[in-house]
Amino acid sequence: MQLIHHKKKNKQTVKNTNIKAALTMATTALFGSVAQADIPEEDSWEFDTAFLLYSEVDRVSAGEVILNAQKTFEDEQVLNLKLTIDALTGASANGAVAQPNVQTFSRPSGKGQFDIAAGDTPLDDTFHDTRVQLNAQWTQPVAADYSASGGVHISREYDYLSLGVNGNIAVDFNQKNTTFSIGASYFQDTFTPEGGIPKPFASMLIGDSSVTSWDEDFAQTRMGSENDKTTTDLLLGFTQVINRRMIMKFNYSHSMVDGYLTDPFKIISVVNNSGVTQDYLYENRPDERVKQSAYLQSMYHFDSTVLDLSYRYMWDDWDIESHTIDSRFRIPLGGGSYIQPHFRYYQQSAADFYMPYLMQSDFESQRPEFSSADYRIGEMTAYTLGFKYGMMVNNGDELSFRLEYYHQAPTDAGFDAPGVLANEQLYPTIDAIIVQMTYSF
Amino acid sequence: MKKQIILVIISLLLASGCSNLGVQPWERDLLAKDEMSLSSSPVDSALDDHIYFSKEASSGGKGFGGGGCGCN
Repeated sequence: MQLIHHKKKNKQTVKNTNIKAALTMATTALFGSVAQADIPEEDSWEFDTAFLLYSEVDRVSAGEVILNAQKTFEDEQVLNLKLTIDALTGASANGAVAQPNVQTFSRPSGKGQFDIAAGDTPLDDTFHDTRVQLNAQWTQPVAADYSASGGVHISREYDYLSLGVNGNIAVDFNQKNTTFSIGASYFQDTFTPEGGIPKPFASMLIGDSSVTSWDEDFAQTRMGSENDKTTTDLLLGFTQVINRRMIMKFNYSHSMVDGYLTDPFKIISVVNNSGVTQDYLYENRPDERVKQSAYLQSMYHFDSTVLDLSYRYMWDDWDIESHTIDSRFRIPLGGGSYIQPHFRYYQQSAADFYMPYLMQSDFESQRPEFSSADYRIGEMTAYTLGFKYGMMVNNGDELSFRLEYYHQAPTDAGFDAPGVLANEQLYPTIDAIIVQMTYSF
Repeated sequence: MKKQIILVIISLLLASGCSNLGVQPWERDLLAKDEMSLSSSPVDSALDDHIYFSKEASSGGKGFGGGGCGCN
């Protein structure tokens, strides 16, 4: 929030400078002299509106709208309000492996079933969700060189509620060339998935859902209607101006997640020695996760262009490690317009309980404590390539367009592919297009 | 634990080397530009965070990476 605050302050200064310049010129014309008029700064709202479309080939599509409003009061107090609405539809992988024959799955609600063609990655197209999120953040100086910020968060989906609070204190040293900040946030999430919470490793019930015993049998695979998780984050920040052209930021974050971390919609195939699926079990993840990350960012101003380069190293106690490199290069085109190519590279290792499938013999002899076939916690490489084009319109308002291509390539972390699985695509790639339009005024 | 120690050492080195770094207030012409802000497009960042939070195992780093949606 502190960073947004700085950015907005700059914008505010430009606008106020324009007003000042206009008023100064008017005063000069009226009185025939260049007077140093002391004009009070005007409080005003600033708005950012954005629409984003995210579309995967054959899978999920999502639309998201953001309305961000910010007002700077006297004494540099800043109020920021943000409304986010998004809608999601389409299919996502349910975790089961492809097979050389048609596969039938029950919907998460237990009502209805669907077939997946031979050789296809099982996708569940049940998902339709709309989310509304509200954020409010207040930032203000609290003493010389000290500023504090506090905020609240609420996000509501059909089956999910998230409530959050955050606080942050920043202190400037060394003529504001060095800034230390410390912040914390706490989220309380409640998940009430349709069909309830499946029991860990319960078999997915498949069959005729019109028979009288169906509801009772389905209930046997459930352990409740809702579950919770909490997330506590601690964020330490260090910002340093290097020279006239360069500024750097270093963050360390520590995140503790406790509660229900399993995905109730994900299953895992149990296969025999020939790779043929014998059963589908609901996945089970540990009920706590500690994530840490180190983040380094640098901004460098060349003669006219600006390079924004960052690297994040994340590690957790699920044995996931990830590396993210993000770079943006802003090239001014004159008249306030610019083009900004963007490249992001991401690589992660698999969680220690990730398995693309379970071997029936292993599972029966020694049942694992946890297991998930969700490719999002498997080994993966991804990249994003795109650009943004921005232009000034209507006296200082900014209109921008962003077009990006996102490619995810799950990779084999050394698992066998017995029997028929050798001929199936166990790690399908995902391609997505991201289109965004933003108007700031 | 080893990683934490490395982080602390890096932080101390950064902090100790920083007394010679920086600019005078009148040398902030380039740093004061919007595009030199460390979060020059917060709306873009919020949208990106949501996408990558729901598609990958990592989140946060630049800011808080906590809960907020049932997308992961």
